[in-house]
Amino acid sequence: MLEVRGLSVRYDDSLAVDGLDLSVADREVVCVLGPSGSGKTTLLRAIAGLEPIAAGVVLRDGADLAGVPPHRRGLGFMFQEHALFPHRDVIGNVAFGLRMHRLPRDQVAARAREVLALVGLDGFERRSVRELSGGERQRVALARALAPEPSLLMLDEPLGALDRALRDDLARELRHLFERLGIAVLLVTHDHDEAFALGDRVAVVHDGHIEQIGTPVDVWRQPATEFVARFLGWNVTDALGAGRTAVRPDALRVTAHGQLAGRVVERTFHRDHFLIRVALSGRDETLDVAIHDTEPPTIGETVRLAVDPEGLVPLPR
Amino acid sequence: MRRLALWAIPVAFLGFFFVYPVVTIIGRGLWPGGHLDLSPVADVVTNPSLRSVLWFTVWQAAVSTVLTLLVALPTAFVLARLRFRGRSLVRALMTVPFVLPTVVVASSFRALGFDTSIVAILLAHVFFNVAVVVRTVGGLWSHLDPRQEDAARVLGANRLRVFTSITIPALRPAILAAASIVYLFCFTSFGVILILGGSGRATLETEIFRQATQLNLPTAAALSIAQLLATVAMLVVAGRLQGRRDVAMDLQPAIETARPIRGRGDRALLIGVLGSAAVLLGTPIAVLIVRSFDTGTGFGFGFYRALSSLRADSVLFVPPVEAIGNSLLYATAATVLALLVGGPAAFAVARSRRGGTLDVVLALPLGVSAVMVGFGFLIAFDPPVDLRSSWVLVPIAHALVGIPFVVRIAVPVIRSIDPRLREAAAVLGASPRTIWREVDLPVAARGLMVGAGFAFAISLGEFGATAFIARPDRPTLPVVVFRLLGQPGAQNFGAAMAASTILVVLTVAAMLGIERLRASELGAF
Repeated sequence: MLEVRGLSVRYDDSLAVDGLDLSVADREVVCVLGPSGSGKTTLLRAIAGLEPIAAGVVLRDGADLAGVPPHRRGLGFMFQEHALFPHRDVIGNVAFGLRMHRLPRDQVAARAREVLALVGLDGFERRSVRELSGGERQRVALARALAPEPSLLMLDEPLGALDRALRDDLARELRHLFERLGIAVLLVTHDHDEAFALGDRVAVVHDGHIEQIGTPVDVWRQPATEFVARFLGWNVTDALGAGRTAVRPDALRVTAHGQLAGRVVERTFHRDHFLIRVALSGRDETLDVAIHDTEPPTIGETVRLAVDPEGLVPLPR
Repeated sequence: MRRLALWAIPVAFLGFFFVYPVVTIIGRGLWPGGHLDLSPVADVVTNPSLRSVLWFTVWQAAVSTVLTLLVALPTAFVLARLRFRGRSLVRALMTVPFVLPTVVVASSFRALGFDTSIVAILLAHVFFNVAVVVRTVGGLWSHLDPRQEDAARVLGANRLRVFTSITIPALRPAILAAASIVYLFCFTSFGVILILGGSGRATLETEIFRQATQLNLPTAAALSIAQLLATVAMLVVAGRLQGRRDVAMDLQPAIETARPIRGRGDRALLIGVLGSAAVLLGTPIAVLIVRSFDTGTGFGFGFYRALSSLRADSVLFVPPVEAIGNSLLYATAATVLALLVGGPAAFAVARSRRGGTLDVVLALPLGVSAVMVGFGFLIAFDPPVDLRSSWVLVPIAHALVGIPFVVRIAVPVIRSIDPRLREAAAVLGASPRTIWREVDLPVAARGLMVGAGFAFAISLGEFGATAFIARPDRPTLPVVVFRLLGQPGAQNFGAAMAASTILVVLTVAAMLGIERLRASELGAF
C-alpha cells in the first residue's frame, strides 16, 4: 500500500527525518512510537506532501508520489489538535473533502451524515465546532479525514489532548473502526500503551530514523537497541557480567540470595505494583524493580536482587 | 468610589473638550440664526459643488482602501507566515509611515515630483495605511493554525481553493475591520488633500476648513454634521466587525505558524513583496531627505540654516526654528494629558463590563476627525467660555487624538495580568490599594508608556486640529511646513523639506523609544 524508502526531511539546519524506511500493507495498522521531537509528525507531513523531501521516495501502490501535490494524494490526515475549520459547522467540516472531490450535493450530504453516524455523532450536524468537547472534536476530525474514503489514514497523536479514561475508550473504538473499515492506517504517538493497543506493527523512532519495527509483542519482549529498551522502561546495565543488557523491571526479584546487592533509594506506587529504585553497591548505577505481590522494602533498606533470565535481552554494543 | 473616579476623569474631559464643541457645531448648523433652519444642511446634498465634494470624499476613500488592501495583503502574508532574519525589524519599520505627519508625507510626494494630482493622493493614502492592514490582518494571520490549510489540502483542495475557502473566510473579520478603518482614515483625510489636492479637489474635511476660514460658519457646521453622521456610521460598522474578530481568534495553536524560507519560490516572494514595499514606503522619505540637503549649488545645510532666518513676506511669519520648540512643548503637554486621562480610562475599560462603551466613545475624536475637534474648539471656546487665545487648546486637542492610543494599547496589557497574581498578593497581606500599586501599575506601566510614545508622535504630526487653533504667532512644525509649501520659490520649498526632515527625525526617535519598551507585540490599533 504505502512504502517509504530512505526518506529524509530537512528542517532548518538539521534532519528531522533521516533516511527512514517504512511500509504499511493493505488493512494494516502501523504505529510510529517515539518521544516528542523524534520526527514523527514530520514523517506524516512528508508522506502527505506537506513537507518537501530532501532525499528518498514515497510510493503508493508502487507509484512514486514525488510531484503529486497534497490535494491529489488521496490520503486521510487527522492533525494533532485536530485543525478543525472554526468558521464551518460540524457537517461543513466533514463535507469539505467530499466537496473538494466534486461529489454531487446530495451525495455529499448523505456521505457526511453516514460518516458522522459512524463516529457516533449523529445529530451534531449543525453544531459549531467551537462548542464541542475534546472527545467530540476528535470524532469530527476523524470523520472529516474518513469521509473521502482515503486509501491510507494517517493520525497524528489522535488521543493526545484527551484525559485518561476517555483515551482508553476512544482507543478501543478506534481499533474496532480500523477493523471494520479494513483501511490502512499509519498512526503516530508518544504513548506506548496506545501504540501497543492499536498497532499491528509498532515502529519505534529516534532522531528521525527507525530503531526497531515489529509486532507489539516482539518489540515489548525483545527491544533491539538501548534506546528502545530505555524508552519502554527497561533497565540497561553492565552489572550482570554479560555485556550490555536490557532487563525488564519485573524480571528482577528481591530475595535473600540474589546475585546483586544495593540500597533502595526511591519507591513509587503504580496501581497494581510498586516500583523501587535500587542503587547498586560499588557501582554508579541504579536498577528499577517492579514488585507485584509482596510488601516492598522501604527506602534506605539494603536488598539483594535475583534476575529472571526470561526478562533479559543482550543489547548490541 | 475609586471605580467612580476612574470613570469621572475621562468622561469629564471628553464631555467638556469633545461633546460640548460638537454640540456647539450642531447648534450652529441647525440653528444658525437662533431658530431652526435646515437649509445649510440641505445645501450639502443639493448644492452641486458641495455634492461633488461629498462624492469625491466617498470615491477617493474607496479607491484608496482597495489599493491599500492590494499592497498590504501580500506584505501581511510574508510577515505573518515566512520566518526570516530581520522580520521583527521589518515589522517595526512598517509602523513608521502610519505615525509620520501627514504634511511630511504630502511634502515627500511633492518632493518626488508629483504635483497636485489624484495619483499622488491615492499613493499617499496607501503609504499611510499599509501599516494598519499589515498589523490588523497580519496579527490574525500569524495566529491562524496553518494545519487548517494543510488539512484542506490533504482533503483535496488546491492552493487557490485553500486560499478562497479557508484562509480568506478566516481572515475576513480582520480584513473587513482593517478596510473599514482605512476607509475612515481616507474619508477624513485632511493634510494630504490640502497639500496634494490643489484647488479643484476637496474632501468634507478640507471643505470644512475652507468654509470656516472664509467665515461661512453655518456651511462649515452643516458639512461637519454630514461628516459626523458618516463617520459615526462607519465607526459602528467597524466596531461590529472588530467584535466578530475575537470569535474567530479563539482557536490559537500553540505552535509556530511561520515557516522558514524554502526554495526559490519563497525567496522570490519575500524579495518581491518586501522590495516593492520598500520602494513604495521608502522612496518618498528618502527623496524628501535628499532634497532637504540639495540646495541647488551642492549638498549642505543651507535650507536648515534658512529655518532660523526665513521670514518671507508675512508679518505673522515667525522663524520656523521656533516652531520646533512649540511642537516639542505641545507634544510633551499633550502626552502628559493623554496619560492623565487615558490611564484611568484604560483601567476603567479593562476592569468594567461596560468598559467597551467608554472605549468606543474615547475613540470618537480620532474617528470623527481632528478637523472637527479644531473647528469645534474655534466656535465653542469663544466668549463666554473664552479659551481661544490660550495656547493650551492645542495640546488638549492633541491629547484627544492621543488618548485612544493610550487606552487601546494599555487595555490588553492590563487585561493580561493574571488574576492569581493579585490573589497571591492579597494572601501575602497586600491591601487593594497596595495590590494596585505593587502589581497592576508596574505591569500596566509598560503599556501606558508605549501608548504615551504614540501620543507624543501623533501630537508632533497633528495638523487637522492644529490648523484651526494654533495661534498664528505660535505655529507647530506641520503648520510651518504647510505655510512654506504655500509660498513660491525654491528657498521656501527647500525649507519645507528641511522642516519635514526634522519632523521625520523627531517622530522616528519617538517610535524608537517605543520599540525599546515593547519586547513583544502589544495591542493592535
